[in-house]
Amino acid sequence: MPFMPVKFNLQKRVKLAQGLWMLYWLSVIVGILIFSLGIFFKIELRKRSEMMDNNESHLVPNLLMLVGMVACGINAFGGKVCHDSLDPIKFSKWKPLLKTYLLLCCGFNVLLLLVALLCFLMQFAVYLALAEGLKNGIKFYKDTDTPGRCFMKRTLDMTQIEFRCCGNNNFRDWFEVQWISNRYLDMSNDVVKDRVLSNVEGKYLMDSVPFSCCNPGSPRPCIQHHLTNNTAHYDYDHRTEELNIWVRGCREALFSYYSSMMNSIGALVILTIFLESVDMAGLKYLCTALETMTDPENPECESEGWLLEKGVKETFADMLSKVKTMGKTNQVEEGGDAPQA
Amino acid sequence: MALMLVKFDLKKRVKLAQSVWFMYWFAVLAGVLVFSMGLFFKIELRKRSELMDNNESHFLPNLLIFMGLIACGINAFGGKVCYDSLDPTKFAKWKPMLKAFLMFCVVFNALLFVTALLCFLMRIPFQFTLAEGLRNGMKYYKDTDTPGRCYMKRTLDLMQMEFRCCGNDNYRDWFEIQWVSNRYLDFSAKEVRDRIGSNVDGQYLMDGVPFSCCNPSSPRPCIQLQMTNNTAHYSYDHYTEELNVWKRGCRDALLSYYGGMMNTIGALVLLVIMLEIAVTIGMQYVNSSLSTLANPEDPESESEGWILEKTVKETFTDIMDKMKAMGKGGKVEEGAEAGVATVS
Repeated sequence: MPFMPVKFNLQKRVKLAQGLWMLYWLSVIVGILIFSLGIFFKIELRKRSEMMDNNESHLVPNLLMLVGMVACGINAFGGKVCHDSLDPIKFSKWKPLLKTYLLLCCGFNVLLLLVALLCFLMQFAVYLALAEGLKNGIKFYKDTDTPGRCFMKRTLDMTQIEFRCCGNNNFRDWFEVQWISNRYLDMSNDVVKDRVLSNVEGKYLMDSVPFSCCNPGSPRPCIQHHLTNNTAHYDYDHRTEELNIWVRGCREALFSYYSSMMNSIGALVILTIFLESVDMAGLKYLCTALETMTDPENPECESEGWLLEKGVKETFADMLSKVKTMGKTNQVEEGGDAPQA
Repeated sequence: MALMLVKFDLKKRVKLAQSVWFMYWFAVLAGVLVFSMGLFFKIELRKRSELMDNNESHFLPNLLIFMGLIACGINAFGGKVCYDSLDPTKFAKWKPMLKAFLMFCVVFNALLFVTALLCFLMRIPFQFTLAEGLRNGMKYYKDTDTPGRCYMKRTLDLMQMEFRCCGNDNYRDWFEIQWVSNRYLDFSAKEVRDRIGSNVDGQYLMDGVPFSCCNPSSPRPCIQLQMTNNTAHYSYDHYTEELNVWKRGCRDALLSYYGGMMNTIGALVLLVIMLEIAVTIGMQYVNSSLSTLANPEDPESESEGWILEKTVKETFTDIMDKMKAMGKGGKVEEGAEAGVATVS
């Protein structure tokens, strides 16, 4: 009893082949889209790799690019087979390959599912990389004369301006590091000396933030120094002041950016899985419809198409027994070898 | 003696019609491109209209949008005519309109040329609009509590950060206006009162700039206040300090941005003009080759195609004669009416 049989006449077969051909070309375009999304994601990770301490994992974008290219190839081949399917001579050269091709498509769908899962799960890795990278970034902000770190200040300033964030968790992270280089501190000044000595590690800490934390939407000119000292500024209360500097932390801002990107890509990959499954089902119907023609010479005869030749349970039992016989064949051979020896 | 005569047989006519049809569809895409460029330019002007004192001229983007729409229409019609040109019955219904259509195409090309010229020339009045708008923008920077101006600070800050510029001509423009609102000045402090008293207009002027002038590439944290006072900062000389704040003026920056955009659009319109001239010539060849069939019943007969039926000089004198005849026709009618009036 075949699984989901459908009767076909010539017109229905032609329509199926044409519709399937268009669907395969749509899948090729989707494959190209996945490839380009992989490239885009890779570029975005590279752009901000300094914020992630240069050890972010490029597994997901690389997989996306690979999967995109394989999808293009598989679907282009499927489209070609569909295009030739209405011509018996051309179709006969593809016929022997089709079983392997459909198994390959199944395996590819499993791979796509794996990629979609990775898109959703690797966000944790990105979060941890960001936390570590931003902490170091803030620490190295002042080292504009150290080779390898001289652009950290610029990168961090541009990130805070672009993503409208300040510090790692919030702006108070800047109070805990020295973000002014010693080159610009007058060590002969009493105030400076006091501040440096009052600190265990000899760091010049202040309750100030860099200019890139300033919010342009604030009605008053930016207050970036003496943030916790209400008397230092006219009509200022640091507990109620909201618009002065960005309140969001950069880890949260960057993570939400990358997480939304990865979620969208994951959703697109799941859609691709559905599309590929529909393609496979259509191709299976087309193959079986062309194989079961009652009169092979007459193209206008009726035929039947199905998804599985026997029911689901029976097909599964068949596969298991095949796997068992493969295992038993090996054991019999070993037994055969031993007596001879 | 026709201008640029070419002999056609059936195969050549078919090839000509097919390639002109293809070019017309390409020209439709070019029309869509001109339309979208006009739309993009309009949106960019709107985005920053606060900085141009809200009286920037939208003439050029509106003209581009209009031209783009007409180009789409004309070229779609031309493509349809080409498609029908190989079928004599279908072509017969288009034939009477073709002469007027081609004249219209020539006029349209002239208008496109005027548009391209405007793209390159509109830079000059734009400069004045920007200068006026930016000066007012800086004046109203502190008025974050005045309705209608409360977003000027935000717009100006975002613009200075995005275009990497400071002030109108340079950063010293900020020294000449009060950019801190009186709401945030402590009038009981002696220092504030002195500063205001020392100024004729009673303004609180300082040698400081807003934070948005800061250059993130500077190796040291940004110095935005007391900029001309070397002793206020350690190891600082304002004559040699280069990377601290943006050196460029915002009028310069915005002008080069919009100027570049207008130059690109002008160049693209010139390319579209060349494409339109090519399709007009192609259409003229299609028209003339189908009109001069040696044997109208036999589609495989030979024919001739040209750009102008007579030479350029003769065509020009013909047009002049026609215009004179139209003028005289008017005069003769007036004379006849006057005669009739006097008789009765």
